[in-house]
Amino acid sequence: MSKKILTRMGDGERLWMDAEEVMDDIQDGSEDAARRLGGKPLSQEEQEKLFEILAEPSRIVSVNPGEEVIVSDDGCTMSFYSGQDGGGTGTPLSRQQAVLTYERACGADTTSMGHSDYSYKPVKSIINFEANDYYNISQVTTAPFFYGAQPNMGLYFQPDGPCPNAAELMPLGKIDEARASQEEACEYLTDDLEFVGSRLADIGLEGLNFDTSGSAGDADFLAALKGVERLKAKYPDLPILMGGAGEFVLGMHGKITYNGRQVAGMYTPDQAKAVEKAGADIFGMAVNTVTTESVPWNLARAVTFLKATTEATNLPVHANVGMGVCGVPMMEQPPIDCVTRVSKSLVQLGKADGL
Amino acid sequence: MGMSIAHIMASCMGGIRTAGDLVAWMQMTRKMKINDAKAYVAGKLGIDVFDLTDEEVMRDIRKDLGIGTVTSIAGSPKGIRAKIKIAELLGIKIRSVELFKKQIGI
Repeated sequence: MSKKILTRMGDGERLWMDAEEVMDDIQDGSEDAARRLGGKPLSQEEQEKLFEILAEPSRIVSVNPGEEVIVSDDGCTMSFYSGQDGGGTGTPLSRQQAVLTYERACGADTTSMGHSDYSYKPVKSIINFEANDYYNISQVTTAPFFYGAQPNMGLYFQPDGPCPNAAELMPLGKIDEARASQEEACEYLTDDLEFVGSRLADIGLEGLNFDTSGSAGDADFLAALKGVERLKAKYPDLPILMGGAGEFVLGMHGKITYNGRQVAGMYTPDQAKAVEKAGADIFGMAVNTVTTESVPWNLARAVTFLKATTEATNLPVHANVGMGVCGVPMMEQPPIDCVTRVSKSLVQLGKADGL
Repeated sequence: MGMSIAHIMASCMGGIRTAGDLVAWMQMTRKMKINDAKAYVAGKLGIDVFDLTDEEVMRDIRKDLGIGTVTSIAGSPKGIRAKIKIAELLGIKIRSVELFKKQIGI
């Protein structure tokens, strides 16, 4: 085991590692996840399989024939025509052209559209424009066509929103006020998720994506769960994909509960159970990439979280594999050597139902 | 964009090139795990699960069933017309199809 393995750090920097170092990082990353989950790390055999995928000398790798999964997306079509802020290439395509290109030229399993801000709050005021575009495009697409955005509760705090800014109240020691503000923001957000989802459902929405739920903490995650509940009560046949924001729900409030469970501190298996309880159809699992650790460390950690999550829920689990999640390096142009190794490992070892 | 394409090349079922869209519909409408969804679709198509991602097999099946092909064939169903057939084939409700059928009175 003296040969050098070409891999990367979590920020994308390329580096050569000794085989022993790679194996050590795989073990450490897996043990870190296991310690947090209170579970077992990957077995020696699984760690060796992960090593083989990482050490494969080819530039890119892929799953074995017959082991392919569904690759859903979170606004990938926007990456055709948007700019740097959206990871976009600035190609002059309309939304419809981008969606059809993604479906037909790229062979994607699902397609989607979303507002450039990719948050539900700004969609509310332009919902008729969004519904019109969605309806028109849905008439010409063949693959499942989602509408997606992030709950993004942060937009409900002053100066951008109506609620006192919880992040400013907490350093002042005004904890009760900060909690009350988050509870108020949670209600506003839940109402908006229901409003946007309902309006789109009325014009034949095929699937709705609550992407990166919990980015503003436990109250944000709760709003998404309640949004799913309300929409499923009104539209039982509306498919909803609800994804998390990280391996751990931040306790910005701390006392939020769902179904008798504290939301703060939920790791991905518990997130999946809550999403299943709310009535969603697919859970999107996110594990944040640590930029100061190697890809082998991050990927072993993500695979360990994913394996525990797929075992914990009856829902199909799609591992989120965008920039800076589940082992993909945190950079605007994630290198395809690492992207494909992440892809293969999460499917073959983590038993993902999709990505 | 390159990242998305890399995932498609590495792990994706292939969308309407093969049977990826059909399997995705089953996850969305019936909450099926990947192996159950594949088995369900393969059963409806009368093929082996392994053939779901074989372009050589799925190309003719999609053309014959009128459920949309990745290359554009004049006169062959695509879009909502293909989705009507997909919903019938899989025994599922696709919400855009339900709205369309309601609008034209079927």
